Amino acid sequence: MLYRVEVFTRPDLPDARGESLRCQAAGLGIVGLEAIRVSDLYFLEGDLDDATVARLCDALLYDPVVEQAVIQPLSESAMGSSLERPEQTENALPLCGMSTHAVEVALLPGVTDSVAESLLAGAAMIGVSGLARAATGRRYVVNGRVGLPEVRRLAEGLLANDVIQAYAVDRPIAPPIAPPQSGDGEAEIIPIRNADDDRLIAISEERRLALDLAEMQAIRAFYRREQREPTDLELEMLAQTWSEHCVHKTFKALIEYEELTPDGVPIPDSRRTIDSLLKTFIRGATEQVNKPWVRSAFVDNAGIIAFDDRFDLAFKVETHNHPSALEPFGGANTGVGGVIRDVIGVSARPIANTDVLCFGPADLPFDALPAGVLHPQRIADGVIAGIEDYGNKMGIPTVNGAIVYDPGYTANPLVFCGCLGLLPTGAHRNRPRPGDLVVVIGGRTGRDGLRGATFSSMEMDHRTGQVAGAAVQIGHPIHEKQALEAVLQARDRGLYTAITDCGAGGLSSAVGEMAADLGAEIHLERAPLKYAGLRPWEIWLSEAQERMVLAVPPVHWPALQALCAGLDVEAVALGRFTGDRRLTIRYAGRVVGEMDVDFLHHGIPRRRLRAVWQRPARDLAAETQRPSPFVFSAVPASLERSAEAGAAAQQLLALLASPNIRSKEDVVRRYDHEVQAATVVKPFVGRSMAGPSDAAVLDLRFATGRGRAGGAGHQESDVRSQGVALAAGICSARNGVDPYDAAWAAVDEAFRNCVAVGADPDRIALLDNFCWGNPNLPDRLGGLVRCAWGCHDAAVAYAAPFISGKDSLNNEYTGVDGRKHAIPGTLLISALGIVPDVACTVTSDLKAAGDRIYLVDAMMARGGAAHSASSPSPDRGREVGVYRALHAAMRAGLVRACHDLSEGGLAVAAAEMVIGGGLGMVLRLADVLGPFEHDDTRLFGETSGRLLVEVAPHHAAAFEACLAGQPCAAVGEVIAEPCLHVLGGSGEPALTVALAALEDAWRGHIR
Amino acid sequence: MSARPPILILHVAGTNRDREAAWACELAGGAPEIVHLNQLLAGERRLADYRMLLLPGGFSYGDDLGAGKLWAVALRYRLGDDLAAFIAAGRPVLGICNGFQALVKAGLLPGVGGREAGAGDWEGGAGGGALSQVFTLTRNDSARFECRWVYLAPQPNSPCIFTRGLAEPIACPVAHGEGKFVARDAGGLAALEAAGLVALRYTGPDAGPAPYPWNPNGSQNDIAGICNPQGNVLGLMPHPEDHIIPAQHPHYHRGERGMTGLALFRNGVKHAAEL
Repeated sequence: MLYRVEVFTRPDLPDARGESLRCQAAGLGIVGLEAIRVSDLYFLEGDLDDATVARLCDALLYDPVVEQAVIQPLSESAMGSSLERPEQTENALPLCGMSTHAVEVALLPGVTDSVAESLLAGAAMIGVSGLARAATGRRYVVNGRVGLPEVRRLAEGLLANDVIQAYAVDRPIAPPIAPPQSGDGEAEIIPIRNADDDRLIAISEERRLALDLAEMQAIRAFYRREQREPTDLELEMLAQTWSEHCVHKTFKALIEYEELTPDGVPIPDSRRTIDSLLKTFIRGATEQVNKPWVRSAFVDNAGIIAFDDRFDLAFKVETHNHPSALEPFGGANTGVGGVIRDVIGVSARPIANTDVLCFGPADLPFDALPAGVLHPQRIADGVIAGIEDYGNKMGIPTVNGAIVYDPGYTANPLVFCGCLGLLPTGAHRNRPRPGDLVVVIGGRTGRDGLRGATFSSMEMDHRTGQVAGAAVQIGHPIHEKQALEAVLQARDRGLYTAITDCGAGGLSSAVGEMAADLGAEIHLERAPLKYAGLRPWEIWLSEAQERMVLAVPPVHWPALQALCAGLDVEAVALGRFTGDRRLTIRYAGRVVGEMDVDFLHHGIPRRRLRAVWQRPARDLAAETQRPSPFVFSAVPASLERSAEAGAAAQQLLALLASPNIRSKEDVVRRYDHEVQAATVVKPFVGRSMAGPSDAAVLDLRFATGRGRAGGAGHQESDVRSQGVALAAGICSARNGVDPYDAAWAAVDEAFRNCVAVGADPDRIALLDNFCWGNPNLPDRLGGLVRCAWGCHDAAVAYAAPFISGKDSLNNEYTGVDGRKHAIPGTLLISALGIVPDVACTVTSDLKAAGDRIYLVDAMMARGGAAHSASSPSPDRGREVGVYRALHAAMRAGLVRACHDLSEGGLAVAAAEMVIGGGLGMVLRLADVLGPFEHDDTRLFGETSGRLLVEVAPHHAAAFEACLAGQPCAAVGEVIAEPCLHVLGGSGEPALTVALAALEDAWRGHIR
Repeated sequence: MSARPPILILHVAGTNRDREAAWACELAGGAPEIVHLNQLLAGERRLADYRMLLLPGGFSYGDDLGAGKLWAVALRYRLGDDLAAFIAAGRPVLGICNGFQALVKAGLLPGVGGREAGAGDWEGGAGGGALSQVFTLTRNDSARFECRWVYLAPQPNSPCIFTRGLAEPIACPVAHGEGKFVARDAGGLAALEAAGLVALRYTGPDAGPAPYPWNPNGSQNDIAGICNPQGNVLGLMPHPEDHIIPAQHPHYHRGERGMTGLALFRNGVKHAAEL
């Protein structure tokens, strides 16, 4: 028997979800809606009767205080087909022009439905055994001056995403319960030995293998040597293992690099062969810097550094760009889940998340949207909701991030997800032994996320959503949370010899990597499935989420099974590690795939690529009138120079209100940044708890067990506690900017943000994440080379090692009109800094009237030496000396507030300090260091390396002694009057804006 | 009376603020142990061996059927009699956030009219146990999860043992999407107030009423936490366990000290130790 239950908010109460949707719809340009009311739909199938369903409904499905429910039995014929009965418009209002429509939405069959899973679990709890299957949906009753076309736009633009959902307008949606399928468990043979080159390319394209001709030829040669044909599973495994996503073939390629003059003339002495970007620039920097506290760089799933004598920190940042473009919620959700698993995969407990997001403009006109692309506002809403859902449910604080809006990200949004973990030193084991069992724990395997690794290694076009629907994964954070608890207990009891996560490429990638030196024998029919009917290669390649793979000595297997059972975590031994250096994959006894691990991991032909960099025509350094290589832009491009009175104030207010600068509090407060009780420098700071923070600081006294020794009444604040700072710097290589400089600016910003809150400049580690276009295009690759080069030189200069990194390439989208939309090459630098004493951390909000304001300018320390990649400046690295001096002042308790200068320069930084502190400030531009010629470049210039520092008058002498010889100038005072006053170069009033006006511009959009 | 009373911190799938709850209990002088519900069901641990029970925050079972809903079902159907006996014995029970939601939806808070919920109350079917629920925690007015700091005023006329003698407000964060406390009708709310079962109210930074965001979710009468008539069961949406040392306060860098949530835990532990 099949039942439908509809649960809705009592009609006499407001519907908060509906109202929120109505506002979002207005944001998408769908106006005329009076109200939306939302119902939850439940479809229950099994050996059920009316009384049982009523009992299920009462106990599980609705809240009797604020909701009502309607139960409706459905005939069996309703399954799998829509009821044609027209919607009853019982809610129609007799108002002129008003109409009522209903939109019903349900997941497509096969898409993970965690609510339905919980419903089944709940039924078992209350002793109802007849419920066999369940599914869920939503019903939206829309009221207003809207016709069917608007309702359809609403459904497609906001309520449903056809990649994972179906919708119906004004009729009941078909119950999304999939009929059971059966599979034969057979592998298909793909003839390849006698295929010619055209056929090889055709095979690669038909199966979306994303392999080029040289790679397909290598595979053909392998099978000729093996004297057999590949199975579908083997080909899919090779494609996954050799994908850009998994093997980073561009970063390991041999690159012929050359520079051109601005007029396009080759510069002969610029030619250089780069033997792997990764080895030359990224690892190269780490090796050169050679910090003893780096425990693991570029080896494990995450980079690891020492925290103290007993604990290490693991940090990883990943991107999930393509999936987030197609299905923003699921894409971002599983992006977060994936990077968390990377950290669990080094045996660490996740303690913080970060996220940096790049979207197209939220107010982009609909007619400017390329066909097949979701509107940036919708992408942003979905991505933010996905991050919120996973991080909050896992109980990991989201403490740092950024949101950048730029038209270049309209078709290719960027979603960077980071995770920091804490582990006891030496607790991570990663050496499986022959005979160890291959154990999978966590979620079940389904058809979700097939070919994600290869999909993310391709460019997208307007059909990608249709053909790659299966590449979208849906997360289940509670499964991951419980798997995490199981892993940590198993770690502490020494139950495994190696661990990795199932990410891109699924079991194929996880087991393939763990067995790289051993080989393994796998029995795929043992894998727990979400539903029957998967082919062997689908089980092997599925990117179903929330699974970890462990190597478990047989003697520990019973203990691990009991541990997992106690936590309701599924655990299955799929096979064992062998030592014969072959992967043998069986299904019900039959071999469905066999692979030599050496060919799998080392058989890929190395790519040879050409890179060309055309030097930009504009001389940015000259434009800013300062000889610094760290010029990002002189004045924000949106501003015109103006001599009008009051123009500076208008410019400042316009900047504060611009999407890239204004407060992101409306987003950030949706992320739990307090869970785990360690966040001592929070995303928002100050008297108003609304001022911006440069970086997050976590106090790890409890997590490391040092804060718990005291009993009741013990004054914990007396104990010195070590912490960790997390910060980010992002840059995009826009027109006319040398990515080399942009990279340096990003490194400086991330590093400086850490220093600003109290991190030790000698204990900062970096992560790199490159998002770039198609690397086979020499101009794109030329920019990427410049960017990696800049990363190297900056990291070496700052003595900050890279410990982990990732690249996401092919971020290009071809619209229906054939136009290519490439992202601006984008680099995210994430920094992780050790904070020696949490009591000496500093926030950006002004603290007390009468305090002095200093401007510290690290770039001035370089004496303006011209830079060139081929002739390094002898002053390089001097800026770190400035940061060291500032840190010493912080450790001595001399600094009351500190804030970095970034977008909008000095004026915006000062305004933000005023907003956070609820006090005022006087700034004198005449005292600003540097050869700025105009007041507006002094006020709004965005050069790197600068910080505003607040110092109490009685500490001024000591502070100045700390900074002696460094570029540091007293430029103002804190005043009680809540107002920002700026005096121009000649001492005349240049800008006066009241705190209330600053606040209104910066956070007036937050209700 | 033991020096450090044993405290059971109940973990189910999706619980995630159990560790900081344990740190708070430890600092307050208790001996906390995080115990999975399965350990109680399997008989590996017995609720009766503990002096205090804490239901911590998180997303039990994903909050898939409403916040705390399935946990409430588990409490009533799987732990019902043991839990009723524990409460009847006057031992302190503290539900924070998701734990509060579960206690309310399980009928254990406020327990108005002396109804001590046991599994038997749940078997009424349609119109039975579920409909007798008078209060709930539902979606925030903003329809969003929100994480922000709030101030809580302990209510002096409450019988709650956790807030007894507390005069200073407590500053701590909220982090929830379904924390709006509402009554089914005005009569229910009036009865709750008349019985003094409101233990904690949201307040503005300078005391007094709490417009949004100080009342972060639209709770009726600024109610942040309620207790049972005996005063030994307290549920609250905010997280006092996240403010147990001065460095956690957002105004730490401005020199502010005090107003930690530790006082609630000290009272609970003291009461548990004196039983």
